[in-house]
Amino acid sequence: MTGTRAVARAVARRSLIHAFTNPALLVPSIIFPLIFLLAFAGGLSAVQDVPGFDFNGDYTAFQFVFVFLQSAAFGGVFTGFGIAADFESGFARRMMLAAPHRSGMLLGYAAAGMVRWCVTAVLVSVAAVLAGMDVHGNGIELAGLVGVALLVNIASTLFGAGVSLRAKTLQAGPLMQIPIFVGLFLAPVYVPLKLLTGWIHTVASYNPITALMQAGRGFISGAPDKSLLAFACGAAIAALMGWYALRGLRRAESGL
Amino acid sequence: MQREALREIGMIAGRSVRRTLRQPALIVPVVVFPLLLLAINASGLDVTKNIPNFPADSYLDFALVVTFMQGGLFAATTAGTELANDIETGFLNRLQLTPLRAPAILVGQLAGAMCVAFMSSLIYLAVGLLAGAHVAAGVGGAALLIVLAMLVALAFGGLGSIIGARTGSAEAVQGMFPLLFVFFFLSSMNLPRNLIETDWFRTIATWNPISYLVEGLRSLVITGWDGTALWRCLVTAVVISILGFLGASSSLRTRMART
Repeated sequence: MTGTRAVARAVARRSLIHAFTNPALLVPSIIFPLIFLLAFAGGLSAVQDVPGFDFNGDYTAFQFVFVFLQSAAFGGVFTGFGIAADFESGFARRMMLAAPHRSGMLLGYAAAGMVRWCVTAVLVSVAAVLAGMDVHGNGIELAGLVGVALLVNIASTLFGAGVSLRAKTLQAGPLMQIPIFVGLFLAPVYVPLKLLTGWIHTVASYNPITALMQAGRGFISGAPDKSLLAFACGAAIAALMGWYALRGLRRAESGL
Repeated sequence: MQREALREIGMIAGRSVRRTLRQPALIVPVVVFPLLLLAINASGLDVTKNIPNFPADSYLDFALVVTFMQGGLFAATTAGTELANDIETGFLNRLQLTPLRAPAILVGQLAGAMCVAFMSSLIYLAVGLLAGAHVAAGVGGAALLIVLAMLVALAFGGLGSIIGARTGSAEAVQGMFPLLFVFFFLSSMNLPRNLIETDWFRTIATWNPISYLVEGLRSLVITGWDGTALWRCLVTAVVISILGFLGASSSLRTRMART
């Protein structure tokens, strides 16, 4: 266990130093969520005038939850890019030869992904508050929102790790980005689920990310909704992605 | 002399087209990504047609032209990346041994991006029509839509070339993508300007030239022949194209002098 922790600490430290000293890696992960917040909360606020739009808060708060979860997911994807870059540079291979407990590498990358996302989350939250976002949730409910987002971040980091450990190249970037991007947009992004019609309503109804988004919006509006289901979905997805990443690690080990 | 120059530009253009078409990674996202977003947004935002004074019967009609704009954005990255690759690999250095000048090289280099923009525009239009979109300006309007989309791609391609020529790094061109995306999102892309409720956003969208490109293209689909929207779109696209081309030529000249 001590060995695992030591490996995790070393990998996390290196990943964070690498991320925070390379603007080309850090800036996009911060800029993208801010762009989405500006574009959706600012440009689409008239959508809240649609009959049946019954969210307890303003449109900035409604969109903030999507952007918050999206930033958590993409924080994980960008960490996945870092893992792929480590394989391209040969660092990951050397690390695997040196590490006594290689699963510690996954823990390290996941921890680094969380810290990176925390920086983005603070900036996005400040931007939303400055834009005048209505927050009706109390401290515990807001902690619930952060908890849901952390699960999303862990799951996406492990997914990115799983892809990187198999592909071992940055060219696999779209394989990490596109499924997460599509999964997020196949949830009720712009309006509540009940206002969606046609195929998107059917897909969103079965999409587990919908539960996470609805719970997040419930937390911020002070009217928790489907919280238990959201945490169960988040934990299940994280566990599944953990299994996927571990299998990837085993595959990478066999190629040493 | 002029004929010889044209022949050489043609050779560079041919190389640019062949090289682009041989890379599915450059073509597939240009086609798939905008259509995927169109499918999601057209369904997810379909309720916006219930907002009073919304100018279209369906959000699909309203959002169809966004795919052309995204295609143009990809043209910027394709053009910039290809030029940067030629600088990185030393191809530009070898071109300097020929009598070709920077503007001529640039014209040839943009051919690949324009080719992808043309193919993708046809696909966007075909998929949109199959999905139930209706072009209010008719067949002539659809043809003009393609022409304007090409002009938009040329304008963005020039901007991408400036970045490619200045940095000489394909990675830097990719890194500038979020910046171009900002201009794109802070426009009247998702809602008409008169329905944007947030004052600061409406002001930015009004000053953002991208809004006039979107509105010109969109007018052909949802309104018909709207002279004002069309001339604004045309002037904006031509001005950005000229500025982009001049900027890229100047950057390329500097780059060539440096090497």
